[in-house]
Amino acid sequence: MSKRNTAFYLMTIPAVLLFFAFHTFPAIQGVYYSLTNWNGFSPTYEFVGFKNYVNIFKDENVLNAYIFTFKYAVLTTILVNALSLIIALGLNAKIKFRNFFRAVYFLPNILSILIVGFIFNYIFGHVIPDVAEKMGIEFLKSNILGNENLAWIGIVIVAVWQSVAFNTILYLAGLQTIPSDLYEAASLDGATKWKEFWTITFPLIAPFFTINMVLAMKNNMNVFDHVVAMTGGGPGRATESIAVLIYQGGFTGGEFAYQSANAVIFLFIIVVLTFIQLKFLQKREMEM
Amino acid sequence: MKNKTNWAVTVPIALGSLLILFPLYLAIAVALKSPEELANSILGLPKEFHLENFMRAIEMTNFFQAFQNSAFVTVIAVVFTILTNSMVAYAIARNMDKTFFKSLYYYLISAMFIPFPLIMLPIVKETSALGMNNLFGLSVLYIVYGLSLNIFIYVGYIRSIPRELEEAAIVDGASAWGVFWKVIFPLLSPMNATVGILTCLWAWNDFMLPLIILNDPEMATLPLKQYIFQGQFSTDYNTAFASYLLALSPLVIVYLFAQKWVISGVTKGAIK
Repeated sequence: MSKRNTAFYLMTIPAVLLFFAFHTFPAIQGVYYSLTNWNGFSPTYEFVGFKNYVNIFKDENVLNAYIFTFKYAVLTTILVNALSLIIALGLNAKIKFRNFFRAVYFLPNILSILIVGFIFNYIFGHVIPDVAEKMGIEFLKSNILGNENLAWIGIVIVAVWQSVAFNTILYLAGLQTIPSDLYEAASLDGATKWKEFWTITFPLIAPFFTINMVLAMKNNMNVFDHVVAMTGGGPGRATESIAVLIYQGGFTGGEFAYQSANAVIFLFIIVVLTFIQLKFLQKREMEM
Repeated sequence: MKNKTNWAVTVPIALGSLLILFPLYLAIAVALKSPEELANSILGLPKEFHLENFMRAIEMTNFFQAFQNSAFVTVIAVVFTILTNSMVAYAIARNMDKTFFKSLYYYLISAMFIPFPLIMLPIVKETSALGMNNLFGLSVLYIVYGLSLNIFIYVGYIRSIPRELEEAAIVDGASAWGVFWKVIFPLLSPMNATVGILTCLWAWNDFMLPLIILNDPEMATLPLKQYIFQGQFSTDYNTAFASYLLALSPLVIVYLFAQKWVISGVTKGAIK
């Protein structure tokens, strides 16, 4: 029997060591470097305590990155979940060519975000202004990605276009777990479609809603590819996300230690955010 | 009464699907046009197919090499993720009553909350110090980083497999390894498909890890290649779009033939 136990340990230990070496160890290193003044390439560095952390809180670029990332993540998460739920309801109805449409709506999920970003870059830069020119729509004539106040909306649009695919499939799976006799009972009672949605559908897919909101928010907070493909963080620093700031400052700005401190703070924010979301959404699930 | 087509829903769904298809139509149209044609009409159908755009894109970006790089990383990542992650999950799932395995489970799952930017800077130093700043190293990272989610997917499934199936093999004298490979692994096929599809989509389309890990442009994977060539494409949109389409096409072609399978695979992973 102990031979079996040894086998179980042998099955897991190498994987765990590798996981520790390539995931946990660099994370610990990140925390360690955040207490130093290392620029990433010089042979020596010194301990500076919490100096980096103090400076992060005074850094306008960091604040700016958090503001962009938050407003981007909140709007994208809400739009993606609302649209996905609507599309899933549509795909779950008795429609023509259902499998074809399901395949179309899922398609963006298999495409590289970076390349999708490049394609949309062209749409915002050339197609929309071209069409707006012909139709005389003034405010769409210029590239919104070049506008400091609107560029972030462009990134939200691409993110929504892409991630609706995955979330729709999740909601669709959720909808298919609802037994159809519940709807039959409701329609006998003369419930409207609207009422049916809020009293049967939504409460029953609430767990899917919770998990979708939490995962989407966490993924959206880490936005990187979209920004690199579409604006590179610009114009100015208008669309610089936290991941982009850490990447650029850490690798090319000589701020290895400083951006590590930023990343540690980011970790805390993600954990707190996830915790609050779970608490809040699970409480709602209970109430329904 | 319930079998009538609901046109009030079909129409908006059809219109919505045009929003999904439009960027792809545009990409194909631009890739097939000549620069003059594009200047005259951005949205129109191409009058003739300028396939030389694709030839130029292949030559310019060295497409076949990038394709090979992406294929190498994706195949290694998928095969070894399935073989190793399922085994780790099996050992965990069958020993959840032991502290070691239980803590292991929570350790791997909670790692999902660590945002990648925290690891990003140190992992670059680490991989280059170990000589892993290459395609092999990249594949290893996908296999290792996938553990968190995959363990979650596999463990749930393995716990639903009745132990009686294993006990029969144990009575016949099979070792834990034998039980796993001969009894459990074949039963995991649906989850292996799910994990394989998710890993494939991730490794093929990922941009961030290749960007930070690979420093030799010869090793660039397809998305990274598009990024590197962004400056050289500059205003040559026809070549650029031909290149994008070439990079997107392998997975799209697979998807056209296996979409049902891909969607159900992803769904099964998601609702676990």
